Amino acid sequence: MLYTNDAYTPHEAEIVEFIKDHHDIFTIRLKFTDPELDSKYSFRPGQFNMIYFYGVGEVAISIVNDRDHQKGRFEHTIQVVGRVTKGMMKLQTGDKVGVRGPFGTSWPMAEAKGKDVVIVTGGLGNAPLVAATEEVLQNRNQYGKLRVIHGIKSQDWLIYQDMYERWHNSPDTKVMMATSAEDPVDNGKWEWKKGFVTAYIPELDIDFANSVVMTVGPEPMMLAVAKEFIKAGAKPDNVFVSLERSMKCAIGHCGHCQLGSQFICKDGAVYPYPACEKLLAVKGL
Amino acid sequence: MSHYYFIPHTKIDQILSYFKGNGYKCLAPRHLEGGISYAPISKAEDLPWGYVDEQKPGHYQITKTESPQAFGFTVPTASVKPMLFKAKETVWKVKRDDSGKLAFESVVDVEKIAVFGVRPCDLRGIEIQDRVFQHNSYNDIRYSKRRENQFIIAMNCGTSHFNCFCVALGDYPRADKGYDLALTEINAGFVAEIGSDKGRELLLYLEVDAATGAEVEHALNLIDNAAQMQHKQLPPIKEVEAKLMANLEHEAWDDVASRCLSCGSCTNSCPTCFCHTERDIPNVLGTETEHTREWDSCFSIDHSYTHGETYRENPKYRYRQWLTHKFSTWRDQFRTKGCVGCGRCVTWCPVKIDVVDEINTICK
Ligand SMILES: Cc1cc2nc3c(=O)[nH]c(=O)nc-3n(C[C@H](O)[C@H](O)[C@H](O)COP(=O)(O)OP(=O)(O)OC[C@H]3O[C@@H](n4cnc5c(N)ncnc54)[C@H](O)[C@@H]3O)c2cc1C
Ligand code: SF4
Ligand code: SF4
Ligand code: FES
Repeated sequence: MLYTNDAYTPHEAEIVEFIKDHHDIFTIRLKFTDPELDSKYSFRPGQFNMIYFYGVGEVAISIVNDRDHQKGRFEHTIQVVGRVTKGMMKLQTGDKVGVRGPFGTSWPMAEAKGKDVVIVTGGLGNAPLVAATEEVLQNRNQYGKLRVIHGIKSQDWLIYQDMYERWHNSPDTKVMMATSAEDPVDNGKWEWKKGFVTAYIPELDIDFANSVVMTVGPEPMMLAVAKEFIKAGAKPDNVFVSLERSMKCAIGHCGHCQLGSQFICKDGAVYPYPACEKLLAVKGL
Repeated sequence: MSHYYFIPHTKIDQILSYFKGNGYKCLAPRHLEGGISYAPISKAEDLPWGYVDEQKPGHYQITKTESPQAFGFTVPTASVKPMLFKAKETVWKVKRDDSGKLAFESVVDVEKIAVFGVRPCDLRGIEIQDRVFQHNSYNDIRYSKRRENQFIIAMNCGTSHFNCFCVALGDYPRADKGYDLALTEINAGFVAEIGSDKGRELLLYLEVDAATGAEVEHALNLIDNAAQMQHKQLPPIKEVEAKLMANLEHEAWDDVASRCLSCGSCTNSCPTCFCHTERDIPNVLGTETEHTREWDSCFSIDHSYTHGETYRENPKYRYRQWLTHKFSTWRDQFRTKGCVGCGRCVTWCPVKIDVVDEINTICK
């Protein structure tokens, strides 16, 4: 983690831009107010910050963007679900929040070099994989094919549309979308399917044995994705998932995020599939 | 020169004045509200002279006897844990001004505390919590500063209660490390061993003599006696650790869950449990908020509440989390066991659940 000797206390950050993505999803683009901290801060794709909303509390939120790409800013895309996130929805450009981080493990960007990369996300699971996708695109010749599969409830829930378009138009990159609720309308930009993200897996034009899969979404989705890829020939060790559990401290002290022997906050949240396969198979662990 | 010294009871007041002179607040077991608990003391008289305790599953009772001992009881109701990892404390504050600017300030509240009389199991409990709050990926400055400012006088056991089982875990009712001074109470005083420079300085100040061979032998016999009083048995700890994780669907989990009330007395009294939650307490004006850290328990439903799913909604999952964490996954996390065999969780369980019995049922 960044900086000081006290891992519990947040640091002030300013919202340099507030973006409303959808009716209950928004993005805050942040900058530490302390210039020294701001210049020292860095993160790896897949890590998260604890974001503090004054008077209510802290929440674990993935870091969306690649910092170099955004030049001195980092951003978070947040969905309103409860106390803290509801309060955050009312934030505006110029408001202050607290930030601690970055925490947790990261996507296997080094291991993925020379391999085809498949990003499979569901719902807001796309946020934690933006930085990884951008890293592949910025170092395009070091990776094989890039395939991005995203699933959402219905088409109007799609956020990051401009970004997806840019990705889809990048060299050797394809974006594919699935929606389970309705027959999708062709938007003329990328392929849509009715159904689940897994529907795309059997027909992917990649070298499964030499691919790395990174997936974030509801647990049943990630498990189905992992199983399908392994069935298609991907190596289990090359399939990565990101887990979610209640978080209070993010530093392995509060015990809330435990899953078996794991503290998801510091041993995860990104795991190779075999490491969590057994843990996830037992209900209530 | 002998490694053992003899401190007569008559020097206890001198020990207390040494602590006072060196800026320590001294806490020792005292007879309070029907139990023996840690509290500040200022004179030797404050100690629970003559008191003995009886602890059984779901049962705790103290009795005053004619015994000339100050430490004739076993473990105090609570361990040393609340002195280092407080049940509730403010960890940071934040002020908000009219412009919305947030000024964060860490709060580190440290007292120099000398604990007079820490049982060997509780000493091991501290060592285990050190691994959570200090020797972990992140260090908690509050805990660390308190540790640096702590003076520990360990008190070896001369007796065990019915629920004690440190021996079954491969330990012994004798302090092995982590103390400044370790004492064993024999009739008119204590046989003392030095554990640190701080302990040596105190002994020098007391101007005590070496213990005689007979005094040392008496002390060691008392400790052996305490060990022999323990009757509980467990398979070797590594076997317990492996078997629990191999039996996550054992029917005994349902059985114990049907008795367990999820009250959290076990985690509250345990010297090693570290779970906590964090909470914001804003003032009414909206200008300042205190952010607290408060003990939590894996027996509370909120503990596993995550938006979308409460992972351990069923009491069976909560009991299983508790037991497998203490007696298995703790090893993976901290390279040590999560239980020191103090027996408090058994004593304070309102429905007399005995963790050792439950383990034996599952590991049969
Ligand atoms: C590694 C990680 C990355 C995440 N990334 C994002 C993201 O990019 N965008 C996003 O919108 N959400 C993300 N989440 C989920 C987000 O943390 C929760 O939605 C949020 O904590 C809910 O807080 P609340 O106070 O609004 O909800 P409430 O339901 O009121 O929750 C109360 C408290 O419980 C805890 N809690 C509840 N649900 C969760 C949860 N899912 N994860 C962790 N703690 C929880 C928090 O301490 C929270 O403050 C992430 C979670 C994790 C673990
Ligand atoms: S689990 Fe029970 S016996 Fe073991 S240390 Fe905790 S309270 Fe003591
Ligand atoms: S998870 Fe339960 S057993 Fe483990 S430390 Fe927390 S309260 Fe204690
Ligand atoms: S969030 Fe506190 S231990 Fe992981």
